[in-house]
Amino acid sequence: MSRISVRNLWMEYPGQIVLERINLEVAPGEFCVLIGPSGCGKTTFLRLLLSMEVPTRGEILLDGERLPAEPGPDRGVVFQRYSVFPHLTVIQNVILGLEFAGSRMLGKLYGAARRRAIEDADQVIEAVGLNASRDKYPAQLSGGMQQRLAIAQALIRKPKLLLLDEPFGALDPGTKHQMHDLIIRLWQEQQITIFMVTHDLKEGFTLATRVLTFDKVRTDPDAPGAYGATITFDLPLERRPSDGSR
Amino acid sequence: MSRRLINRRPDRGGRIAWGAFPFIVAIVAYFVFSALRLADNPNDKLLPGLASFGAAIHRMAFAQDVRTGEILLWMDTLASLRRLAMGLAVATVLGLIFGIATGVIPYVQAGLSPFIAVLSMVPPMAILPILFIVFGLDELSKVVLIVVGITPFLIRDLAMRVGDMPGELLIKAQTLGASTWQIILRVVLPQITPRLADAIRLSLGPAWLFLISAEAIAATDGLGYRIFLMRRYLAMDVILPYVAWITLLAFLMDWVLRLFNRRFFPWLKNEGS
Repeated sequence: MSRISVRNLWMEYPGQIVLERINLEVAPGEFCVLIGPSGCGKTTFLRLLLSMEVPTRGEILLDGERLPAEPGPDRGVVFQRYSVFPHLTVIQNVILGLEFAGSRMLGKLYGAARRRAIEDADQVIEAVGLNASRDKYPAQLSGGMQQRLAIAQALIRKPKLLLLDEPFGALDPGTKHQMHDLIIRLWQEQQITIFMVTHDLKEGFTLATRVLTFDKVRTDPDAPGAYGATITFDLPLERRPSDGSR
Repeated sequence: MSRRLINRRPDRGGRIAWGAFPFIVAIVAYFVFSALRLADNPNDKLLPGLASFGAAIHRMAFAQDVRTGEILLWMDTLASLRRLAMGLAVATVLGLIFGIATGVIPYVQAGLSPFIAVLSMVPPMAILPILFIVFGLDELSKVVLIVVGITPFLIRDLAMRVGDMPGELLIKAQTLGASTWQIILRVVLPQITPRLADAIRLSLGPAWLFLISAEAIAATDGLGYRIFLMRRYLAMDVILPYVAWITLLAFLMDWVLRLFNRRFFPWLKNEGS
């Protein structure tokens, strides 16, 4: 069964169609990269997957079920900025997801439950290579380290879907490269399904098992909002989740 | 040498000197004019000299009042600070609850923010007579005046600070499985608390204003009461030290709140914004 099925999806704002006729089947474990010119609905599509918006027409199914109407722990997210909580240290940021799950009233764990949560969190922090900065606040971390933290935080609840909205867009090329290695490794280890929006074509083809390009196939010069973008190319790449060579 | 004025900065010593300059000018000017007037008329009450200040301060702050047996300055200070603290505490709790609720929950915002916007336009002093009628002339009405005066501002300021939080953080919290209550408790409240301290700092001025006004009109003790009582005797030698004392208290409260932010929110210091 597909992890994600999109059926004849339309997204319209007053006086403007953003997305039209989107149909898509994505198998579990795929790494989909969404590329295309600015303003053609890639980010809107990601917001729809996150239930930040509701499609005007059509539906999105997650494991055959309609998407819940609001964001939840089944879908993790990393934004380009503001993805981590500035008032919490690295370890506090990561255990937060476990604390929400384990303590309804206080949202905070104590004693043995807290120790178990910290053990789990430490593993994820280790996996993203932040052990040395475990007790620092986000403002004390570099941009790349903040995004590592955001990824660790998103993975702690083991989401079915990881949504990345230009997560490396603000990083320098060297850091970006390290982040690519990291995300590929995590994707292989955790068998996770990823949707990633990027402007960087090379980045897209480096990471993806499948590249989806968004663009408008019809345009009306007198009414720029009359037609929406759709998926113009759907390119499966050779790489399989199992082979690590790239 | 030819740097623009906007690029020339005083060094540390220079800053202290420049900061002290207006204080020194004001003090010197006062005593010059005081000496001039006293030379004309040794009984002048308008600008008393150091000796009368000393006597007045001794009388108010260190000697027992012959009638009540209390030390007046401390009695007044205690009475005023108690009213101020109660007013600020109630206003803070209300501001926090309604500010966060308005900022986070759209239905509360839809229901409350027009009402609060109108409420905050009501001049608190204009409803002081109503407060006296409803709550009587004793402590309660003075506390309520402070609460009525600053709570709408606190609510609106905090709701705005909540609104300024990046929406990504609220989405992120939801993807970590947080409920509305958990988001308020673990995400919004901790990030709003330092802003709350700032909002209270800004409210201190109005809070003192309302306190002294209420005390001036109906009270039997308190710093505002004393100043307005002394006005009848033209006792500038008491009024001026009282004003200086009130200013010092207000300054200290502001300083403590600033310290509180720096001490308890280490993450603020490094935040870019």
